[in-house]
Amino acid sequence: MYAYDKYDQAMVDARVEEFRDQARRRLEGTLSEEQFKPLRLMNGLYLQLHAYMLRVAIPYGTLNSRQMIALADIADKYDRGYGHFTTRQNIQYNWIKLEDAADILADLSRVEMHAIQTSGNCIRNISSDHFAGAAHDELVDPRPYAELLRQWSSFHPEFTYLPRKFKICVIASEKDRAAMRLHDIGIQIVRNDNGEIGARFYVGGGMGRTPMIAPMIRSFVALDQLVTYAEACLRVYNRYGRRDNKYKARIKILVHELGAEEYTRQVEEEFAHLLDVGVEPPRAELERIKEFFADPAFEDGPKTLDRSDPDFALWVDRNTHRHKHDSYVSAVISLKPVGGIPGDASGDQMRVMAQLAEQYSFDEMRITHTQNVVLPHVRIADLHALWTALDQAGLGAPNLDTIEDMIACPGLDYCSLANARSIPLAQRISERFGASGKTAKLGELKLKISGCINACGHHHAGHIGILGVDRKGVENYQLSLGGSEAEDVSLAKITGPGFTENGVIEAVETVTDVYLQRREGEERFLDTYRRIGMEPFKEALYD
Amino acid sequence: MVDKPTFDSEAGSLGASPDEVQFRFREDEPVDHGTVTVDACCDQTNATAVRIEPGDDTRQLLPFLDRLALIEVNFPTFADGRGYSAARILREAGYIGELRAVGDVLVDQLSHMRRCGFDAFAPDRPLDEEAAQRAFATWDNVYQNAADARRTIPELRHE
Amino acid sequence: MKILTGNDLKSGAVIWWDGENWSLHVDDATDVGTHGEEIMAREEALRQVNVPYMIDAERTDDGVRPSHIKDRVRALGPTVRPDLTLKPQDPQALDWVI
Repeated sequence: MYAYDKYDQAMVDARVEEFRDQARRRLEGTLSEEQFKPLRLMNGLYLQLHAYMLRVAIPYGTLNSRQMIALADIADKYDRGYGHFTTRQNIQYNWIKLEDAADILADLSRVEMHAIQTSGNCIRNISSDHFAGAAHDELVDPRPYAELLRQWSSFHPEFTYLPRKFKICVIASEKDRAAMRLHDIGIQIVRNDNGEIGARFYVGGGMGRTPMIAPMIRSFVALDQLVTYAEACLRVYNRYGRRDNKYKARIKILVHELGAEEYTRQVEEEFAHLLDVGVEPPRAELERIKEFFADPAFEDGPKTLDRSDPDFALWVDRNTHRHKHDSYVSAVISLKPVGGIPGDASGDQMRVMAQLAEQYSFDEMRITHTQNVVLPHVRIADLHALWTALDQAGLGAPNLDTIEDMIACPGLDYCSLANARSIPLAQRISERFGASGKTAKLGELKLKISGCINACGHHHAGHIGILGVDRKGVENYQLSLGGSEAEDVSLAKITGPGFTENGVIEAVETVTDVYLQRREGEERFLDTYRRIGMEPFKEALYD
Repeated sequence: MVDKPTFDSEAGSLGASPDEVQFRFREDEPVDHGTVTVDACCDQTNATAVRIEPGDDTRQLLPFLDRLALIEVNFPTFADGRGYSAARILREAGYIGELRAVGDVLVDQLSHMRRCGFDAFAPDRPLDEEAAQRAFATWDNVYQNAADARRTIPELRHE
Repeated sequence: MKILTGNDLKSGAVIWWDGENWSLHVDDATDVGTHGEEIMAREEALRQVNVPYMIDAERTDDGVRPSHIKDRVRALGPTVRPDLTLKPQDPQALDWVI
């Protein structure tokens, strides 16, 4: 994986000192909260429901065990012994003191980490496929391109006060495991008819109150023009994105209002101009970055398993993913134990994962946008030992991509924007489906819960989505069906009137019953919904 | 390029210009009269100083850059970042006159503004001198190409 | 009653105006009547509180109860981590929030 050189380290260190000075000025009173807010946000520091919250960037979700241990130490030293992995492949801490924030950033910089641009109206952490560099179906490893864009977007002088936040995702396979088309810019690395590798740009996707699927605006950008094209996309947005209404300020609204064709025309014009100006980093830089992502030294070994232990076999079937080397798999550690808080991990659990990554996965981990942790390169021969260790640490839940593997935002338990709690719903649903054994019958079912319209819990992209709303001061939940964040991307539709907390859990039970009655062959919930439409579900829910 | 600003708030009176220039990285004589709007500048063939508001299309000015000695870019609020693009577009088009950031210009935006091509700063509220000097010097090196022609980190890596 | 809340500037902790100072406990909150704006302006300028705001609440037999669930969550702590709330030993506390 990528390692800082003296320049990267100096940038992060300079930022720590800059922030230390800003925090000091705020505590002394020379900065007002209004002035300090955008500065702290650009360092990932929010003021949340119970305290300050710090969001730490995990670039394209990749980290090593030394970094994971540093995250564990921060949880124990400055927070309350745990952290929360997010749908943006980051981690956030809920109980941070402003006085400690600069020290935490300094601790992070010692392990080549930071909280830069994890909030604010700037380019955020670049996300990617959590199986990057390991998946059997990828064209190339997308992370070098993500790293190139990370550096380009860090402290970008022109794009630090955009109309609104800006999220970029880079993948390199036909299968979309990163919700690529629901980003402000989604980039798919592709091969063209001449056999050259380049970047396909989708612009103007997003969730939030106006969910949109990004249209493709260019099918192929040469790799030595990647940064220039991104710069053109951003400049058109910075100049013409709406600033009169916060809720219409994302690039999806600009692309929608202009039309994809007109937006593309403006980008192409700016792109031609910027090619003349010359803003692209030297091509050698991409090659330098690529070297950091070279394959580890894979060795041939056993390609089959002893499946005699049914618990182990179930975990293998559900939580491992095919690797590009046939003696390896990628193993997913579920952070969704039945009744647990989705995405939370204690400092001790982080240390266990770090130690197992060092022992079994070439010292590497990934955070998934579904709030789990991946050990990308595990020898098939080591899989049973790994599972045994995970199981002992309470990290062996065999429920990946099942209804128990929910995305849930922090909701009203932690978030000042939320209208309703998300986590208790997730807990109750997983307890109920786990206990009844229905989880297994349902197979792949992606349930996503957001506590407000901002959609951090990706409810628009859930096979089943739940949105918490405030109904005269009481929590209420809207149910939606038919969303997907994958290559078959679609936006979920609301079933009808909302439900109470108990009511929505019954409603999930009802719609899954409809599926079980109506499914044909190997259909997933989503497939059945797409075939039979909303009506049968509505009838069962409301008649 | 002048490394140290040569203008301070006491010397900053600019005749008809409404703004106090606190930092200036140029050695030529400042323009001593006020600015006109972008529309007026495009209609009037003799204007030499213009003020860009966030909603203006900076590129309207490109035919007139030769006769302009001062372009002010107004930041009514620091959070409106359109002026950064305006500045770079002007420098990319070859504008060499004074490019002045005016309005809600705060110390924490100075280094980015400088990189986008601003060489004069007239904040609504004067900034702390020492903090501003620190801010201008925040980054020893930079990742991206911008209007300041600095060697970028990727370039330094492959010298 | 009208009560004032906000976060402590240094620690971020949720705090409530008790008439003389800021308290961690909502039950200490006092009715500020028509003086809310003036107290908030003064206390924010003194950096005793960050982002203060005024809310409706009622005094009950159990203490002070903010009208909106969000402020009750703030007053107690996350309902999904009773161990981290201000009343970890009190099983009734969660019912009070909801």
